[in-house]
Amino acid sequence: MKITLPGLRSIRRLYALFFLALFFFLLIIADFRRMQGFNVRLFLELDPLVAIGGLLTSQTLYKGMIFSVIMVVLTLFFGRFFCSWMCPLGIMNQIVGLGAGGLRPSQRQGLNAYRKIFRFKYHVLVVFLVVAAWGGLQVGLLDPIALVFRSMVVSVLPAVDGVMGLGIYPNGPVFHGGLVVAVVFLAVLLANRYLPRFWCRVVCPLGALLGVLSRWSVFGIQRDVEKCTGCNKCLLSCQGGCEPNGAWRPSECHLCMNCLEHCPEGALHYGLPKKGSSVHQPLDFHRRRLLETAVGSVVLFPVMRHSVSATTVDFPMLIRPPGSLTEEDFAKRCIKCAACMRVCPTHVLQPALLEGGFEGLWTPMLINRMGYCEHHCVLCGLACPTGAIRRLSVDEKIGRPPFVEPIRLGTAFFDRGRCLPWAMDIPCIVCEEVCPTSPKAIWYRPITITNRDGHAVTLKQPFVKPDLCIGCGICENKCPVGGKAAIRVSSVGESRSSTNRMLLTTHPGTPFSG
Amino acid sequence: MTAERKKTRPIKVQPEMGRRQFMVRVGTLAGVSTVVAGGGLWLHGDEPVRHRAVEVLTLKDFRVPANGLYPVMAVVHGENVETMVREAVQKLGGLARFIHKGDRVLLKPNVGWDRQPQQAANTGPELVAAMARLCQEAGAAAVWVTDVSLNDPGRCFARSGIEAAALQANAQVMIPGKEDFLATDMGGTVLRVWPVNRLFHAVDKVINLPIVKHHSLSGCTLSMKNWYGVLGGRRNQLHQDIHTSIVDLAAAVRPTLTVMDAVRVLKHNGPTGGSLDDVQKENTVIASLDEVALDSYCLNYLALRPEQIPFLAMAEKRGLGQVRWQNLNISETQVS
Repeated sequence: MKITLPGLRSIRRLYALFFLALFFFLLIIADFRRMQGFNVRLFLELDPLVAIGGLLTSQTLYKGMIFSVIMVVLTLFFGRFFCSWMCPLGIMNQIVGLGAGGLRPSQRQGLNAYRKIFRFKYHVLVVFLVVAAWGGLQVGLLDPIALVFRSMVVSVLPAVDGVMGLGIYPNGPVFHGGLVVAVVFLAVLLANRYLPRFWCRVVCPLGALLGVLSRWSVFGIQRDVEKCTGCNKCLLSCQGGCEPNGAWRPSECHLCMNCLEHCPEGALHYGLPKKGSSVHQPLDFHRRRLLETAVGSVVLFPVMRHSVSATTVDFPMLIRPPGSLTEEDFAKRCIKCAACMRVCPTHVLQPALLEGGFEGLWTPMLINRMGYCEHHCVLCGLACPTGAIRRLSVDEKIGRPPFVEPIRLGTAFFDRGRCLPWAMDIPCIVCEEVCPTSPKAIWYRPITITNRDGHAVTLKQPFVKPDLCIGCGICENKCPVGGKAAIRVSSVGESRSSTNRMLLTTHPGTPFSG
Repeated sequence: MTAERKKTRPIKVQPEMGRRQFMVRVGTLAGVSTVVAGGGLWLHGDEPVRHRAVEVLTLKDFRVPANGLYPVMAVVHGENVETMVREAVQKLGGLARFIHKGDRVLLKPNVGWDRQPQQAANTGPELVAAMARLCQEAGAAAVWVTDVSLNDPGRCFARSGIEAAALQANAQVMIPGKEDFLATDMGGTVLRVWPVNRLFHAVDKVINLPIVKHHSLSGCTLSMKNWYGVLGGRRNQLHQDIHTSIVDLAAAVRPTLTVMDAVRVLKHNGPTGGSLDDVQKENTVIASLDEVALDSYCLNYLALRPEQIPFLAMAEKRGLGQVRWQNLNISETQVS
C-alpha cells in the first residue's frame, strides 16, 4: 500500500500562511487601542532558544515561556518542522527563495544539495549557549524571532506605514539606527538569492537547536531504495538541503514536504521507516572544531564583564523602561526583540546602538526628545516576553497605595544656561505645567528682576525636587528650547539600581551588591 | 547514469524496526519529553531572575561589661608611642580586660588618605603596631588591620606606614576589594542597609584607632567619624546629613575599646592636610570606653567647643555617651 500523503505540502503551506498571518496580526494589533487581551508575545514565548538562553542566564522559565516546552516536545517526535511551518523569518525566506524557480532544474538541484557550510549554525548556537551559561544573554542578536520582530518594529513597519499610510503607528515614529536593523534584515532576505534559505541552513541558531532536538525524531522522510531511480527531482525545491535523495539528514530537514510532491516514483513518504527505507544521517558536525568554538567562547563573557558597558558602569544617558530589572539582570533577560518599542505610545523607547556598550546593542532605552514615558502607561512590561521589563500595574508604577514609592527612571536636571527664565529673563514654566506627579516635582520661585531695558520683570524660575521626580522625561520632551533641551533626564536615581543614586534618604534601604 | 550509481554506491537500508524497537524509541522520547516538561514546570516562575535571597546582617555589640573600678578614659602624655599606649590601656584595667585568649581582633585605624605619617592625615603606624603587639600578648588568635580608604587603598596602606607596621607586629592587613562587603542593616535614622566590610562580621573584638583631625564639613573627625571606614558604596552621600550619619554609625558599631592618636594633630585643612604647617605635635594617646566623651575631650586640640559640633549632643541623646567628660572618672598621666 502506498502511504505517501499527497496533501502534506498543502497542509504545510496552509500552516505557513496561517502562522505568517498570525505573526503580522499580533504585530499590528500590538498597541494601546487594539491590543485587547491578545498575547502579542506568543511567537517569542514559543521560541525554545530564547527559553534556554534565559534559563541558562537566570535559572528560571519566566511566565509564558513555558510554551516553548511544547515546541521542544513536538520537535523531539516530529522533527524541525518549526522552520518552514511556523517561523515567520523562515517562511519569508522561503517566499523570497521562490525566485530560484526560474533556474534550470540541474541548477536548482545543485543549490539544494547539502554543503559543509551548514555546520556553521551549530557553532553560532554553541557561542550563544556558552556565553549564556556564564550569564550573558546575546541570543537575541541572531535568534530569528527576535530578529524578525525587531526588524519589523523598528525598520520595515514604520517605513511601510510611512509610505502607505496604513495607520499601524498612529504617531509616525522614527527609530534610532533603524537603518542598520533594516540592512541586516534585507541581507538575510537577499541571501536567499545566493543560496536558498541561506539564513536557515547556515546561520540560524534556533534552527541549529531544533536540528539537535530532531536528531532522534520518530517520524521522518523515508526513501524507498527500490522505487527510487536517483532522478534527484526531490531536490528541486528542498528547503533544508537535507538530502532526501540519499541518506536523509533529519537535523537539516524542515519537513517542507516539497520532495514528496516532486518524486515521480512515489518513493518518498513522511512517517515511520518501512522495509527498504534508506538509512538516515546523524548530525553533521566536526567534534573538535565545535569544541574549539565552545572553548573559545568561554573567554567572551569575562571579557564582556571587563568592558565598559551599562552592566559594568552606570551610564548617565542610558534610561531604561519602567519596571526594568537591575542592569545586570536586564542583560540576563533582554533579547533585543523590540516588542516594548512596538507598544510604546510615544515611541520614547528606542533601540540603543552603543549607548549601553556593545553588550546593550538594540536593547530599549528612552530618548526623551523622541517621546516621554506616559505616566499611566505600563504596556512595555506587558509586551516584554522575558521579564527584562517587569509587568507593572499602574498603581505600582506611579506609587499609589499600597505601593509607597513610584518607579523612577532617573532624575531631571536644569541647564540654567539654556533655561528661558533662568538665562534670558523670558517667562516659560512649560516643564512645570506638564510635570505629571502630584505634587509636581518641578516647582518655581517667583523673582522680580530688572531686565536689560530697565523694566521690572517678574519671572518664575523652575527647580526640580529630586525626591519627587520620576524621570519620565516629559519636561525634556516638551521643553521649548530646541536642540538640547534646558531640562534633561539622566539615569541617576533610577529605582532599579542600588548604586546609581545621589540622595541619602529618599530610597528605602535595599541590599547592596558592593 | 543512475544505473551506474546504483551499482557503485552500496545502498544502505535501515534495519527493519520491530514493534519492540519502535516502542523503545517512542518510550525514550516520551521519557525525554516528560523530563523537559517536568523540568520546565519546575523552573517555571513569575520572577524573571532567580536570586539567592540576600542575607541582611546586623553588627554585634563588641563591648565588654562596664567595670566601675577603672576610669572610663585614660589620657597619657609622653614621647614614646608604645609606652603611652601600654600605660593608657593599663589604666583602663589592662588589655586582658578587653581581649581574651583566642579572640579574633580587628583594629580600625584611619587609613583614608595617601599621606605619610608626619602629615597626620592617617593614624600613626606606631600606634597601630603597639596595639597589635598588645593584642598578641593578650593571646589574640588573629589580629586584623583594615579600613576603607578614600584614595587608592594600596597607596594609602603603603604610604601611611600602617601596612608595614602591622605586618611587622604580626598582624594581618586586609585591603577590602569589591567583593568584601556584606549588606548590613545599620538600623539608623538615615542609614539603613549599607555594604559593610565583611571583616566586621568575622571578628570577636573591634578596637577603634582614630586620629584627631580637623574636618571641613563636620568640624572634626574623631572616633565616631572614624566609622565611615566600615562602609562601602556611595558613602559620600552621608555628607547630605553628616551629623545624623555619624551618630547612626556610632550607634551601629560599638567597639571594645578606642585608642585615640593625638600624637600629631592635623589642625587645619582637614581631613586631608598635606602640609606640615597644618600639623602640631600634642604627644598624647587617649584610651576610652566612651566615644562621645573622648570626642568631646579632643575638641581642645582643635580649639572647638562641644556646642559647635552637633553630633556630640545628638549622640548623647541617643545614649552613646557623655559630652561633659569632666563628669566622668578620668585618669591623666605623664610617662617619659
